[in-house]
Amino acid sequence: MSAISGEKTALLRVWRGGPDQEGRYDTFKVPYEDGMSVLDALRWIRRHVDSSLAIRYSCINANACKTCMAVVNDRVEYTCTARLEPTTVTVKPLPKRSVIRDLVTDTTPAEEKLESFNQERGQ
Amino acid sequence: MYAAIAAARNGSSVLLLDKSLVGRGGATIMAQMTVAAAISHQEPDHWTLHLADTKEAGRDICDGVLSEILCEDAPKRIHEMDQWGAHWAREEGHIKQVVAPGHSRSRCCYVDFLNTGPAVAGTLRRQVSKMETIKRLSNVAVTDVLVHDGQAVGAVGLDVIEGEVVTFEAKAVILAAGGLTKLYSRNSASTNMAGEAYALALWAGAELIDMEFVQFFPIAHLAPRLVGMDPIMWDPFRYKLGGRLLNGNFEEFIHLYGGSDAGKYTAVRDLASYAILKEVEAGRGSPHGGVYLDFSHLPEAELRGAFGPVIDRLLANGIDLTKMPIEVGPTAHYQMGGVRVNGRMETSVNGLYAAGEAVGGANGANRLSGNAISEALVFGERAGRFAAEQARHVTSAWNARLAAPAVDQVRTLQEHKGKSGVHPVTLQSELKDLMWENAGPFRTADKLTMSLARINEIQRHDFTDLAISRERQFNLDLQDWFELRAMLTTAKAVVTAALARTESRGAHQRLDFPDSDASFVKNQVLQLKNGRLTVGWTPVVQSQVKVVEI
Repeated sequence: MSAISGEKTALLRVWRGGPDQEGRYDTFKVPYEDGMSVLDALRWIRRHVDSSLAIRYSCINANACKTCMAVVNDRVEYTCTARLEPTTVTVKPLPKRSVIRDLVTDTTPAEEKLESFNQERGQ
Repeated sequence: MYAAIAAARNGSSVLLLDKSLVGRGGATIMAQMTVAAAISHQEPDHWTLHLADTKEAGRDICDGVLSEILCEDAPKRIHEMDQWGAHWAREEGHIKQVVAPGHSRSRCCYVDFLNTGPAVAGTLRRQVSKMETIKRLSNVAVTDVLVHDGQAVGAVGLDVIEGEVVTFEAKAVILAAGGLTKLYSRNSASTNMAGEAYALALWAGAELIDMEFVQFFPIAHLAPRLVGMDPIMWDPFRYKLGGRLLNGNFEEFIHLYGGSDAGKYTAVRDLASYAILKEVEAGRGSPHGGVYLDFSHLPEAELRGAFGPVIDRLLANGIDLTKMPIEVGPTAHYQMGGVRVNGRMETSVNGLYAAGEAVGGANGANRLSGNAISEALVFGERAGRFAAEQARHVTSAWNARLAAPAVDQVRTLQEHKGKSGVHPVTLQSELKDLMWENAGPFRTADKLTMSLARINEIQRHDFTDLAISRERQFNLDLQDWFELRAMLTTAKAVVTAALARTESRGAHQRLDFPDSDASFVKNQVLQLKNGRLTVGWTPVVQSQVKVVEI
C-alpha cells in the first residue's frame, strides 16, 4: 500500500544494529489503517522513510514462505500475520539466532550458505 | 527445483541458486489452486482434450510444440510427485480432480486445504535435498548470465547476506526465476518476481515471445484488509461453492459481457477481468475499486465442510462469509509470454535454457487455471534433462575476465554516493504505479507511449544516480537496484510488445483496438540488438494433434 489514508498512526520501535552489537531502537511514525500487518508497516518504512532497514520476507501477505519472523512486543511472530495496532509496537530480531543486521537473523540452513559453497569450491 | 532434480539424475553436477531461501520464495509456494493433468482418475480424460482446452483459452496463438508437451507430460509429473509424497487430495482410493474454469473435464488435482503450492514446494525441496549432486545456495540474486562466442558459460550473482559478488562457471544455465508480477502495483505474487528471467535472457542475446500477454487475475482480494492469506484465495472457494459475483449495486453482471455465471464459476479469466473493470469504469464498482463476491446464501455448515480451518482464519480477519460479501478485483498474476524456447527448452543462445513461468508461448493469450504448476513441473523436468545432455557434450569456455564487468558493477555500486537522494525502492514504486495505470488490463496507444517515454527517461536519467545505503550485510538497496534494472528492461519489453499488437486478444485488451484481428494470429518476438529492443513477428506453430474423444 503506497499511500495510506486516515489519521490514525502507529509508532514502531525497531531494533537496529549488527552482530554482537548492543544496538539501538529507532522509532517510526506509520500511517495506520484497520487490518494492517506489522510487515505492512515495515515495508512502508522502507519505501517512505529509511530504505536501509534490513528485513526479510518473500510472499508478503500469504504466510507461505515463513521467512518474516521477528519478535513483536515480546512474542515471536510472523510479521505478515501479526496485526498492527494504532499504538506503540516494538519489533526486534529473533532471540536465539545470530543477528545479520537489524531484524534479519541467520535462518539460512548451513549447507545453503555462501561459506559452505566457498568451502566446497575450494576443495 | 524440478529442473535441478532432472539435471542431477541425468548425470549433472547442479548448482541451484535462489534470491530468497531455496524453495521458500517465488510463485509456486503461493499457489493455492490446482494442477491440471489428464490422469483420468476422476473421469475419463485424455491429454489431447487438455490440449484442446488450453488452445481454446489461448485464443489461437499457443505455441503448438510447447502446449503439446505441457499437456502430454503433465500426467507423468503428477504421478512422480505422488510417489515423492505430494499428498494430492484423494477420494475412494484415487486422486481427486475438480473442474477449473475452461477445463472440459474434472482434471485439476490439489492438496487440502488451500495447500497445493506449499505441498508442491515442500515435496520438491525434500527431493532436492536428497540428491548429493545438487548444491543449494540461498540469498544469491543472479545479476548477469555470461555468454562467450554465443555460448552461456556461467553467471554472476550478489549474496545479499554478506554483500559479496560471486561468480559461477557452468556448461549450461537454466533460467527458472519465474514471472514479472512485481512490475505492477496491484499484484498477487511474492516480492521475488521482478521479471529477472526475461531481462537476463534479453541481455544474454536470447529472444522473448508474446510479452504483451500479462494475465490479470479477476477476483483477487481487495477488502477488508486480509493478512496471512494469499489474495487470490477466492478461486478455490468458487470452484467448490460457487459464490455470486455482484457489482456495486449488488446485481449480477458477467452475462452482460458474453459470459455465463449465475452463481457458478465458468467465466475464464480474461473475460472476468474485463467485465469487472468495465463495471468499475461505469461507476458500478465496490468502494475499493472492484466488485463484490458473495457467499451469504450458503449455510455455514457447507462453508466449513469445504474449507474447514480456513473459515476460522477468515473470522480472525473479521470476515464472516455467512453475513457479508468481500470486495475483489483484477490483479497482475502471471505472464503468458516469456523466454522463447524450443521443445528442448533451449533458447537461441547455446547452453541457455528456461523453465516454468519464465517460458513463453505454451498458453498463448490466456492461461487456464491449473496450467501454471503443470508447466513448472513439465518444463522444469525437460530443461534439466536436456541441459544435462548439453553439459555432457561441451567443454567449458569459462574465462574469469568475462565476469569482470558484472563484478565491477557491484563494487562500483557499493562505493556509489548518489546525489539524488532517491533510493531504488522508491523508483520501483513509481514504475509499478506507471505500469498498473498504463500497461495494465486496459491499454491504449497514448498511455503505452507515455509509459515507454517515462521508462526510457528513468533508464537514462533517474536510474543512473540512485542513493544506496552503505551497509555491507543485507543491503536491500543494492538488491533493489539490480531488481529495478531488470524491471525496467522487462517493463520496456511488455510495453513495446503491447504497443505493436494493435488488436485485443485474450489478456491483451486495447481500448483503441477492441476487436480481435485475424491478421494478428501470430507471435511477437523481441530481441536486444546493439542495446535496442527490436520487434519481429513469426507464424504460430499450430498443433496438428487430433483430439482423442473419450
